[in-house]
Amino acid sequence: MEFILDIKNINKQYGNYNALTNVSIAIPEKKIFGLLGPNGAGKTSLIRIINQITGPDSGEVFFGGEKLAPKHVDMIGYLPEERGLYKKMTVGEQVMYLAQLKGLKKNVAKEKLNYWFKKFEIENWWDKKIEELSKGMQQKVQFIVTVLHEPKLLILDEPFSGFDPINAQLIKNEILELKEKGSTIIFSTHNMGSVEELCDNIALINKSEKLLDGSVSDIRKKYSSNTYNIVFKGNLLGFTNDLWAGAELLEKKSIGDLHTVTVKLLRQSTPNSLLNAVLNNAEIISFNEIVPSMNDIFISVVENKSTLNTQSSFTE
Amino acid sequence: MHKLFLIIQREYFSRVKKKSFLLMTVLGPLLMAGVMIVPIWLSMKDKTDHQILVLDRSGIFIDQIPNTEKLKFTYSTQNLDSAKAHLKSGPFDLILELHYDLINNAKPTPYLFYKEQPGITTEQYISNSLENILFDYHLQGDSIDRNKIDNARRPVELLLNKVDEKGVDKKTNTEFNMALGLGFAVAIYMMIFLYGAQVMRGVIEEKTSRIVEVIVSSVKPFQLMLGKIIGIALVGFTQFILWILLTALVYITVTTVIFKDQMKDVQKQNSQIEIIKKNDIMAHADKMKIVDTPQDTIKWINYVNSLDKPLIIGCFLFYFLFGYLLYAALFAAVGSAVDSEADTQQFMMPITIPMILGFAVSQGIMTNPSSGIAQFFSIFPLTSPIVMMMRLPFEVPTWELATSMITLVLGFLFFTWLAGKIYRTGILMYGKKTSWKELGKWLFYKG
Repeated sequence: MEFILDIKNINKQYGNYNALTNVSIAIPEKKIFGLLGPNGAGKTSLIRIINQITGPDSGEVFFGGEKLAPKHVDMIGYLPEERGLYKKMTVGEQVMYLAQLKGLKKNVAKEKLNYWFKKFEIENWWDKKIEELSKGMQQKVQFIVTVLHEPKLLILDEPFSGFDPINAQLIKNEILELKEKGSTIIFSTHNMGSVEELCDNIALINKSEKLLDGSVSDIRKKYSSNTYNIVFKGNLLGFTNDLWAGAELLEKKSIGDLHTVTVKLLRQSTPNSLLNAVLNNAEIISFNEIVPSMNDIFISVVENKSTLNTQSSFTE
Repeated sequence: MHKLFLIIQREYFSRVKKKSFLLMTVLGPLLMAGVMIVPIWLSMKDKTDHQILVLDRSGIFIDQIPNTEKLKFTYSTQNLDSAKAHLKSGPFDLILELHYDLINNAKPTPYLFYKEQPGITTEQYISNSLENILFDYHLQGDSIDRNKIDNARRPVELLLNKVDEKGVDKKTNTEFNMALGLGFAVAIYMMIFLYGAQVMRGVIEEKTSRIVEVIVSSVKPFQLMLGKIIGIALVGFTQFILWILLTALVYITVTTVIFKDQMKDVQKQNSQIEIIKKNDIMAHADKMKIVDTPQDTIKWINYVNSLDKPLIIGCFLFYFLFGYLLYAALFAAVGSAVDSEADTQQFMMPITIPMILGFAVSQGIMTNPSSGIAQFFSIFPLTSPIVMMMRLPFEVPTWELATSMITLVLGFLFFTWLAGKIYRTGILMYGKKTSWKELGKWLFYKG
């Protein structure tokens, strides 16, 4: 797998405050990468280092195999969490200015802008002042500016905060299209549910440290709890007896003879052996694996880590 | 480099194209011309006609105060109360009451009663005339010939001549030099604050509109800061040139076309007052042959000629440019540290104080332009743009000027570097009240 970005042992401090502690992340090319973690975990600090807005205290970043350098700025598109536009400028002047700052020639910028303005059906906004636009309209302009120079790497910090649902959907579709065309996208968000279904890979960071990273499917497999949700008709007592030593009943809910239960498989049990065992007393309506959400995984990782920490401090 | 140019371009055109720029450019000369024209207009306004009733108890003033075009004096011995009663209805709008003891009083205090307060020139005319009459009266009493006194009084005017290395004389004048130096200093002070504040507002605007992080992902924060400072300097330059042109235009138009006749009147009036004020001394001057006093105009031309004009204009541009650059960087740092203009107060203090200090010591500097204080403040980079300009017309040793200039350039580099460190951290800090301590910490954050 090719990596567009290879972040190695980054440390960053602000005074006595640790923003990033020995963080290493590799971001595969042409994938959607989720940078997840609560507010204040260090996501924005990391993104600012990638954008060369600030530099790391130690550690290195490689962009497409080369050491990160000023020339890479033009290959990155960045939509910051704190985003805005010059209120007094017209849309046209503004987008031309920002496009040229990203290294586009005037005529190329104009051509590309025409394409995007047509695509978003906003051609008649060109001479309007930004302050005349609604927030949703401004967001469209901001998105265009971010992707206009066809960056190899697109970094979106909390992209869906403040976007209305229609714009959010529009942006999601555009992002998937950009991925098709070969861009790599980094999503950074504290709202883990919002990007789960889009991401191929993720990294979880908390309190300046990376907790885990990898492909979403691998992580899910690793943190699967082996629990299943079964809806059936029949005798709940008989069903429970049939589980015997192969599985443990965690939750149950009954409406008449319709039962919804959550069971956890024990030892070598498989979904098939479980089903075989209970078929006599239950008419199965549905059978689903309970997939852990990124939120659950995050919480369990943070908890495990803290228990590990207390243990180690105990032995000392 | 190309990106810096783009930033300068935006900063320049976004300001020059604004309506407020046009408005200020047009209003500026009107205001400045106003400053020059209003005094003329006011002095014209003061020339309202007055009918003055003089109640003279002593008798020595009767028919002694010369009437002028606007001021007519009538003499009477009626009592004050009945005269006052007529003030409201009668032909007189001023009553001058002269007591019996006026003649022998060491400090005479006659009364002037009015319905509407007369202007200062009218007051001055009356008191000067009375003084004049009393002077003559007392001289006559002691049988002293006034002509002898006038002859004996010789006004002295010191003509300063600077002898340069080549042994050539140059005529100078201290008052003229003071006015010139102060004028330059005030101009630099105003320009620095006017355009420095624009830099600060620009930074705050970028921060509050949240555009700044988008931009610094394309260019270095330092480039953005520098681009803004240079762009606004060019705006200032444009406005400066337009102001000079427009002011000249307005002033010339107004004085030659509209006030043509009035200007002559004012000059005539002023010279009349002058004559009376000086106790007729100058009237006898030609008879007494006080020679060799050059005519005023020639005098001024001499002073201007005595100045090293290319040096002074060159220095003005130099101190203006680098003074602005240095302070603009500080203004940018202040702008980056706050979330709104209202929060700038606490950080503005240390920027304002050196400038004010420059003016505070100006009196001392002008009385002794080569003192240690003058030397220090004209070399210290935060005050040198102001203080050196005050000293310059008095001529400054070359080594001092060179040191001051080099120090200013070094100061500019140092403060811009310092401001850049605060700026690049400050612009990305939102919603936090910044303290001085915090600001100090930012200086030590690694890039």
